[in-house]
Amino acid sequence: MTTTQGIVISAEQRKRARSVGITYLVLAAVCLLVFTRRAGDAGFKIGESSQFTLPAQGFGWALGIVLVAVAAGQLLRGYGKLSNVVLALATAAFFMSFLAWAAAGDSFSFVGMLQDTVSRSVPITLGAIGGILSERSGVINISIEGMLLAAACTSAIGASLTNLWIGTLVGVLTGVALAAVLAVMSIRYKVDQVIVGFAINFFALGVTSFVSFRVLVPNRDTMNNLLPVMPIRIPLLADIPFIGQILFDQTIFVYFSFVAVALATWGLYRTKWGLRTRAIGEYPRAAGTLGVDVNKLRYRNLLLAGAVAGVGGAWWPIGIVGRFDQNITNGRGFIALAAVIFGRWHPVGALCGALVFALSEAVRLKIGNFDTGIPSEFLIMAPYVVTIVVVAGFIGASRAPKAAGQVYEDQ
Amino acid sequence: MKFELRGITKRFPGVVANDGVNLHVSTGEVLALIGENGAGKSTLMNVLYGLYRADEGELLIDGKPSHFSSPADAIAAGIGMVHQHFMLVPVMTVAENVVLGVEPTGRFGSLDIDEARRMVREVSDKYSLELDPDAVIEDLSVGVRQRVEIVKVLMRDAKIVVFDEPTAVLTPSEILEFFEIVRSLVAAGRGVIFITHKLKEALSVADRINVLRRGKVVGEALPKNTSESQIAEMMVGRAVQLVVDKTEAVPRESMLDVRNVTVVEPDGRVVVDDVTFEVRVGEIVGVAGVQGNGQTELVEAIAGLRRAASGSIVLGGRDITTDSPRERHEAGMAHIPEDRQRQGLVTDLSIVENLVLTRYHDSEFSSGIRMKWDVAKTRAKELVAAYDIRTTDPAQPASTLSGGNQQKVIVARELSREIRLAVAAQPTRGIDVGSIEYVHAQIVKERDAGRAVLVVSTELDEVMSLADRVLVMYRGRIVADVDPKKVSHMDIGLYMAGSRPSGAVA
Amino acid sequence: MNDTLKSLRFTLLAVVAALFVSAFIIVITDIEALGNGDFGKALSTLGTAYWGLFKGSFGSLRAISNTITGATPLLLAGLAVSSAFKAGLFNIGATGQMLAGAITGLWVGFAFQLPPLLHVPLALVASAVGGAAFGAIPGILKARTGAHEVITTIMLNGIASFTVLWLLKTELFKREGRDDAISKFVEDSAKLPKLFWFMGKRIDLLAHTGFVVALLATFVFWWLLRKTTLGFEMQATGLNQEAARYAGMRTKSLMVVSMAIAGSFAGLAGGTEVMGLYGYASATVAGDIGFDAIAVALLGRSTPIGTLVSALLFGALQAGGRQMQVDTDVPIDLIIVLRALIVMFIAAPLLVKAMFRVKGEVKSFGQTFRGWGG
Repeated sequence: MTTTQGIVISAEQRKRARSVGITYLVLAAVCLLVFTRRAGDAGFKIGESSQFTLPAQGFGWALGIVLVAVAAGQLLRGYGKLSNVVLALATAAFFMSFLAWAAAGDSFSFVGMLQDTVSRSVPITLGAIGGILSERSGVINISIEGMLLAAACTSAIGASLTNLWIGTLVGVLTGVALAAVLAVMSIRYKVDQVIVGFAINFFALGVTSFVSFRVLVPNRDTMNNLLPVMPIRIPLLADIPFIGQILFDQTIFVYFSFVAVALATWGLYRTKWGLRTRAIGEYPRAAGTLGVDVNKLRYRNLLLAGAVAGVGGAWWPIGIVGRFDQNITNGRGFIALAAVIFGRWHPVGALCGALVFALSEAVRLKIGNFDTGIPSEFLIMAPYVVTIVVVAGFIGASRAPKAAGQVYEDQ
Repeated sequence: MKFELRGITKRFPGVVANDGVNLHVSTGEVLALIGENGAGKSTLMNVLYGLYRADEGELLIDGKPSHFSSPADAIAAGIGMVHQHFMLVPVMTVAENVVLGVEPTGRFGSLDIDEARRMVREVSDKYSLELDPDAVIEDLSVGVRQRVEIVKVLMRDAKIVVFDEPTAVLTPSEILEFFEIVRSLVAAGRGVIFITHKLKEALSVADRINVLRRGKVVGEALPKNTSESQIAEMMVGRAVQLVVDKTEAVPRESMLDVRNVTVVEPDGRVVVDDVTFEVRVGEIVGVAGVQGNGQTELVEAIAGLRRAASGSIVLGGRDITTDSPRERHEAGMAHIPEDRQRQGLVTDLSIVENLVLTRYHDSEFSSGIRMKWDVAKTRAKELVAAYDIRTTDPAQPASTLSGGNQQKVIVARELSREIRLAVAAQPTRGIDVGSIEYVHAQIVKERDAGRAVLVVSTELDEVMSLADRVLVMYRGRIVADVDPKKVSHMDIGLYMAGSRPSGAVA
Repeated sequence: MNDTLKSLRFTLLAVVAALFVSAFIIVITDIEALGNGDFGKALSTLGTAYWGLFKGSFGSLRAISNTITGATPLLLAGLAVSSAFKAGLFNIGATGQMLAGAITGLWVGFAFQLPPLLHVPLALVASAVGGAAFGAIPGILKARTGAHEVITTIMLNGIASFTVLWLLKTELFKREGRDDAISKFVEDSAKLPKLFWFMGKRIDLLAHTGFVVALLATFVFWWLLRKTTLGFEMQATGLNQEAARYAGMRTKSLMVVSMAIAGSFAGLAGGTEVMGLYGYASATVAGDIGFDAIAVALLGRSTPIGTLVSALLFGALQAGGRQMQVDTDVPIDLIIVLRALIVMFIAAPLLVKAMFRVKGEVKSFGQTFRGWGG
């Protein structure tokens, strides 16, 4: 809150600009040294019968040289307000060059890969929304993983025994139940939020594995066997070339996650509820002294977060796989947590984060088919590396809700 | 409306914060509640505002008993409160903060932000508070933030407005403006409770004064027939010396030489702007200024907690501009930081450990990697006795000490070794009068023992009475360098507000 | 009642509460018996299960040996979490650090031909160094960029798992004649002696002297905290980073050093498993130990002695759980549930107090998390 005399460029900003410049140089080096090694054209299918091709080597050389120039520009004078745009463009071009290198002399369904990305982003997005709802109201939610996993398990059972709707509902209720544990423990009993979160994760992992062995394996056909939902083509919109197939020929889970992002954004920034929620996550006492019941609102928001995460968990059995397997979420809840940070606690940002992680996964599945010489293990760990790079690169500029993690004493 | 507290008692584990307190206030009058730090003023106000529940006693509104179980009840009953630590969400706008809890809404619970803006403008114009509804709180100065708090209270139509230490963060001229606001509130038929530990202010604005000591109301006074020293005596329970007892300074050679120092925040804001001054051996230099004008950052730059973007800092002939805090410590700098809980102490560690916090690497307390805890314990016992730290056992965590005793731990640690320069930031913030006198005496003793002393304080009275030379900081710059005996409080106040007394040559 | 006794009582009550809730889960998932309305059978399963739990952990020398075998890596990995907690860092990366230590220890174990007196210490040092190096990464990331260790350590676990999976298939590590991810054996000279060697040729007594290493490590942790400047710096930083900075401590280097120390404990956990238990490494050498270690540290309140006691308790649960799985059809995953519940109840003294109507002041658990910021 210091009154200012003026604004200059600080040492930290200079350092940051320099490291971005060095990043460009590294990308350029990879382009020139690696992406120029494989000859041939890469075919990117973008529709039923349409595709475009990129000459892998040529593109690598060209991009490498452009990136060197971009790096020089960054290091010598910077791009000011455009620097984020430049960074995004450079990253996208680098990514295309990587794909061209991997698919050199072959072709693959680019549109299919992006469609897969959107589908895979669902549980991460919904988990992240659950994270945002709770952290924005001041409760650290490290238990997204547990909520997703438990909801996946119960919704599989529910849907196998009844129908997909009830199955999803059971998943939602499971998410709500675990969120209620988090809420009661952290608000009523003032337990450290991270510890409760971890305990919930352990608990969900243990119980679902336990149930899986003790109940689901012996009763596989009746209790863990269902037909997942089919994609719904949205008339007209789905006919838009390229975009239509990616966004509007998807399951109801994808549409739900888009709606959830839109609603969460509107709710947080345009409603009375959102104003109060943001206030209790930043400075609960300010809201409390104005008569807002901080803990009651935290309870409500946590339950809502659990419900949203519950839908995310139901995605596995009902949205794609058709059954529950032990530890089926495999750490997606933690990726969702990273997406929350990446998205700076904003639903749209979290969606972007979820898409980035989902993309790295979709890429692995496509690239795995080409003989690029990259061991499959390294492709599998790509999302983890991406997460670290993204969190290390972005958290410096992000602002977490101030009160997240702290008990609010209303007396 | 008449508001009355009867026999209020509030206990915390080990302390009785309020002990059978009676007081009353009516619309159209200003009641000052005065008492030193720790007397129980804030607890009482939190009881009154529904934040704490009293263990005994009752609240009466117009003679009818009422019961507040939350701030919402207090607000509904017409009580408004401007807290000492502002209850504003820093990342939100003025309008958002003001309407929080009473939001105007449109369809589906959507927030009608235009209506919110209009409401803020209406109240702000009525009392000429000049607020921009779209300004973000964290960009505003403290004085403006206080006006936002006042608008919040007025918007909820409070009949009785409680101000908890409202002037602590204001310049003298802002304080005068604030008194104007108080008077206009009273003129508009509202009642005001004004909590303070500053005698002059209570005397100049209140209709009645209640004095609180150790949780009890020990006296009531009318400003027109009471003197400052009478109230001070009621507050403390004994005669109090209102000035610091010290002799004329005999400054010698320069010890700290700060040249053209500029400090820049990571986001590029310049917070200390080309500051140059020196502190000589045998003098106390005071830095006055309203909180947030770069004093914190200047002290951090001198202590090595922040790197100066440009300029140089020389201690006793040695350039320490790029030295680490540890190297500066070893070069003979002692630093009493402004926030004892956040910086000066690790409150969960024991008093023994806190007494070596900045000194554990001295050969006295460790050799190589091995700590000499037995030496530290013996030394701690000596310091506890020498510096009158009230504790039963130095192995207890520092969190068990009162604020004044915590501050004595820091003073003992920092001043009990051979030093050349002592830097003390807000050395008496939030501690009782006895401890204040003690800390002031220690600082003067250091000066007389031939050290250079730099004191930074937002309490103008403290700087004026303690320092031999006063610098005033405003927006990161030093705007005045004056002899406290030759200028008036009002003139310093003008410097603190960024203007300059007529006829002054700075 | 003094503090130690009081916290011991809470720990016991928490364990009882957890056993109680788990019992409920065992009974309601016995759907076959419950479906037949045979409530008695469901209850008798419960009895057999809990008896197996006890028998398998303390019922015989072999059971005790199994308990110690299970406790060894839990203690070392638990120290990795505890020591980081003391410095204010939440180390979820013990799994990755264990894998790193397992690999470096393994390599020294098979790549050199040395006398045992030299080979064993050298391989142990190698695994500590491997774990320390890998552990330092999240420390460096946090110090330099502010990336929160909760996220980075989880991701590094994944990276470590797949890197090890790949490494184990390379020529350097691959066992001859095998195509799956399984390593060569370490030389006999690099194997840790069995703990009960004096019992003759009882091959069922798996406990090894890795437990002695773990006890020594516990002592080192205690010594570090109580007797050294570094330990003092770690604790001050962990409790109040700003005050530590004010006091001239280099808090960023301390982050890296603390994580390296934590990593070295976890690395030893990986190394002793390879050198003491398996004799080789596979991709699952770390198992869930890194995660269980968090529960160990939380239960032990991050103190050296507490970590030791809770590692033994969890080792016992592990050993007993296996017996339980053999004796009944209750899967060992119940142990994970039990652990989660114990942690939950331990962390919630207020809840336990309400459940058992215990009177008196409750010491709060303290806070592990200090916000997401850098």
